[in-house]
Amino acid sequence: MIANAFDYTAPQSLDEALTLIGNGAKPLSGGMSLIPMMKLRLASPEHLVDLGRLKELSYIREQDGELHIGAAITYYELESSTLLLGKCPLIAETATHIGDIQVRNMGTLGGSVAHADPAADYPATLQALEAKIVLRSATGARTLSTKDFFLDTFTTALEPGEIVAEIIVPIEPGLTGTSYQKFRQPASGFAMVGIAARIRQQAGTLSLIRIGVTGLSGSSYRATNVEAALEGKQPTEENIRAASALVGDGVDASADLHASADYRQHLATIYTAKAIRAALSRSA
Amino acid sequence: MATTVTRIEKLVGKRLRRKEDPRLITGTATYVEDIKRPGMQHAVIVRSPHGAANIKGIDTTKAAALPGVSAIFTGKDITHVGSVVCGADLPGLRKPVHHILAQDRVYFVGHPVAVVVASDRYIAADAADLVEVDYDVTQAVTDPEKALAPGAPAVHPEWPDNTAFLYHQTGGDIDKAFADADVIIKQRITSQRLVPNAMETRGVVAEWLQADRALTLFTSTQIPHLARTILAGQLGIDENRFRLIAPEVGGGFGSKLNVYAEEALMGFITMKINKPVKWIESRRENFQVTIQGRGHVDYFELAAKRDGTMLGLRLKLIQDLGAYHQLLTPAIPTLSVLMMPGLYNFRNIDADVVGVFTNCVPTDAYRGAGRPEATHGIERMVDLLAAELNMDPAAIRFKNFVQPDQFPFPTATGLNYDSGDYGATLQKAMDMIGYDDLRKQQAAARAAGRLMGIGISTYGELCAFGPSPATPAGGWESATVRIEPTGKVTVHTGTSPHGQGQETSFAQIAADELGVPMDDIIVLHGDTAIIPYGIGTFGSRNTAVGGPALYYALQDIKEKVKKFGKMLLDAEEVTFENGVCRDPKTGKEITIQTIAGAAYRAMKLPPDTDPGLVATKFWEPSNFAFPFGAHIIVSEVDRDTGEIAIKRYVAVDDIGNQLNPLLVDGQLHGGAAQGLGQALWEQAVYDDNGQLITGEFMDYCMPRARMMPWIESSHTVTPSPVNPLGVKGVGEAGTIGSTPAMVNSVIDALSTLGVRHIDMPLTNEKIWNLVNGAKA
Repeated sequence: MIANAFDYTAPQSLDEALTLIGNGAKPLSGGMSLIPMMKLRLASPEHLVDLGRLKELSYIREQDGELHIGAAITYYELESSTLLLGKCPLIAETATHIGDIQVRNMGTLGGSVAHADPAADYPATLQALEAKIVLRSATGARTLSTKDFFLDTFTTALEPGEIVAEIIVPIEPGLTGTSYQKFRQPASGFAMVGIAARIRQQAGTLSLIRIGVTGLSGSSYRATNVEAALEGKQPTEENIRAASALVGDGVDASADLHASADYRQHLATIYTAKAIRAALSRSA
Repeated sequence: MATTVTRIEKLVGKRLRRKEDPRLITGTATYVEDIKRPGMQHAVIVRSPHGAANIKGIDTTKAAALPGVSAIFTGKDITHVGSVVCGADLPGLRKPVHHILAQDRVYFVGHPVAVVVASDRYIAADAADLVEVDYDVTQAVTDPEKALAPGAPAVHPEWPDNTAFLYHQTGGDIDKAFADADVIIKQRITSQRLVPNAMETRGVVAEWLQADRALTLFTSTQIPHLARTILAGQLGIDENRFRLIAPEVGGGFGSKLNVYAEEALMGFITMKINKPVKWIESRRENFQVTIQGRGHVDYFELAAKRDGTMLGLRLKLIQDLGAYHQLLTPAIPTLSVLMMPGLYNFRNIDADVVGVFTNCVPTDAYRGAGRPEATHGIERMVDLLAAELNMDPAAIRFKNFVQPDQFPFPTATGLNYDSGDYGATLQKAMDMIGYDDLRKQQAAARAAGRLMGIGISTYGELCAFGPSPATPAGGWESATVRIEPTGKVTVHTGTSPHGQGQETSFAQIAADELGVPMDDIIVLHGDTAIIPYGIGTFGSRNTAVGGPALYYALQDIKEKVKKFGKMLLDAEEVTFENGVCRDPKTGKEITIQTIAGAAYRAMKLPPDTDPGLVATKFWEPSNFAFPFGAHIIVSEVDRDTGEIAIKRYVAVDDIGNQLNPLLVDGQLHGGAAQGLGQALWEQAVYDDNGQLITGEFMDYCMPRARMMPWIESSHTVTPSPVNPLGVKGVGEAGTIGSTPAMVNSVIDALSTLGVRHIDMPLTNEKIWNLVNGAKA
């Protein structure tokens, strides 16, 4: 439980950090996943660059009708942000499902996104929010959709030398209802399945529905078949159930000690309906 | 001039906060990890990654070349050190010689193969990675029933049947009981392996002083004196030159009722390198190489009359022992046999135990040690009988309880239950929870399609270990009381509390007996250089065996105090109460503090009396003590997900007299949490190669505060006649009582679906499959 020797730099600026990372150093944010892997010697980076202390990555601000969140913002900062609670409550709510207080004080949004753990909570939420992920390197910046960013288990579109710098989420009009519902893996607290739902109603029908899924398979995704089944429809219990049953269609569900593929698929169905109902209750 | 006695209020029985807490909650307690010695080296152990393998070679060249590495030892270096000691004995027991470092083969994942010693822990860890061990991996077996099957891989080549022992016990006339039976209930019931998970992992600091031929060893243990005797033997040193200290110990739950290879290994290393050495167990090691608990596959057969009268119980017990024997490994299942009749009045039992070697870490004592398995078994069998006969599970228990006028009650297994009123605890629990009304609510819930369950467990426990002839080491306990010249009181106990709170409860006893303030008393333990020999802490014995030792030492010292009082008051007779000696004739008084000064100043001594005020008592109990209780859990199962919600939890425990109800609550709540952990969440799962796949908290589900129900706790009080305090022991009661109540509750919830039994842990998926399967 002792890491191999490594160098550690706490850079003064983002530029300095990006230069070091461009030269092969590994970015460290909250360390909630990387440090345990290093202690078990499953990861042995030679040089860590600590992004967690950079003010340049630590902000939540409203800009051009969107919310911009710096990658080093912690879960605690997300759950307690009045700006987010008012204008994008789903992102604040998701944090309350993560770990314990200690983890929420240390873990960061950017770290979670970059790590792309298949059972992490935020990928589902960002999928439902149609968030944009801003990547930066010493040579430039680019912005990706969640679909283009989350590729596979622990695999993202990040190129060597790039970091997750910012997450952009929409400001929700007052009529949008959102919810994140999660079935915890009992030991770790990670999502056995986690479903984020985002809904707007108009004249008794669903004018917008977005469903983000985590935990069910190797990577987070948007359940577009569930969305298509409900968009423009009345949110009756029957419709919700029928649509929710589609959530795992064609998905290669994960199986482990804690849940078989069948059980995970079943939970995804139940929790999709649960998330939709909760989001509905919050949308005017 | 007479002084006025103001404090008459007794402290025993009061809900007092713990004297030991300030140092714990301010982070100033000293655990092994906090101990630093000049020149101290650090050891990291190279362990087998395989469940079974032959060692073809070990190359330490690269590791030894790393700057800072001071020594590396392998199996060939330690052949003269005694192997790990098994203190249990059974007829025909096969004892593998388990060296403190592996010789030519390894037989479980984590088996120590080499040890690297370096100037700091980081270097030692890096060097350990550089030790190259060439393994020839062989087939492992981790399931005890598979290990017994013909052709299974042999854990030890010399014993191809993997059988360490066969043990048979019978009482009464089992054949007649089954011949007379109207109903015979058969059920296979498992108690899965559990990881004890003390908050503090193990750790050792050893320091050899060559000039004195003296070894000091700090270790996180529950049994400092026994560990010293055993380790002195292994290391070939004089016991009186060996000081073993258990500093603050952060929990044990039985896992530190043991003497491990690493303790002898650190003793060996410091004697070799002439420098102090420290080893701290990592959490991963704690999962892999510290003993685990339970590990039963039990086949029960219960014979009964159609009116519900139980006649007899047969048990075939398959105990997963693991790869070798730790201190008490083979003895644990025999405790299950002793408690297999539970609280019930039948006199016919038959038990066949087979101890099985597997390529896993050994099982040994874990909170309850054998009794939870037995209790779970009998409490499940009673419910199965009730279901078969369509009787209420409470009614069938009342019908079969040993009755209050039957005590002392000789059981079919050779025990003598001390005292009890089993019906009273169950009735009280039923009254608290509103049992009859609850059954009506359940009927309504069922009619509405809800899965609501009511589970009862009426448990009995054998604890307060114990009479010496019935224990592997002595079963007595020691206490010393020193009244210092100022009247301050120092108590030494041979027990080794590590969370149980005896620094408080023993001070309460002394305060009452001597009439001095709580704050004038300190209770010392866990240092063999200071404390007279003691047996240690396990089996709910501190209060019930260590307490009486203290009580009798206090009686002795009070006699001496009175002798000095009589002399100093020039009285014919004196009374001693509330810290004051009084001459009833003259009304003259003298305080214990004044007497203490005079006893040490010794200007004048009473006839036939020596100076000083010190008394030591070694106390041997005449019997075990037998706490009991009734736990009732109301649960509801979510049809959609298989989740279990605990709606109510009522516990009525009878642990005899209570010294400090706050400590009692703490023990019962913690115990219940651990028992629910077994029922619902915890499991040590090995794959076929011997890898522990629940080897970290990410996969091994510990009970958390947020998962705990509110426990509505109450008591009945039936003093034990075995000891003068009337106490029975509370350390394990909650663990034993909670598990079957939880499981019975969930099975009751699913009984409308035809479910009769479920093996633990009751995971959500397992429950969902049962609900789902029933639908199909």
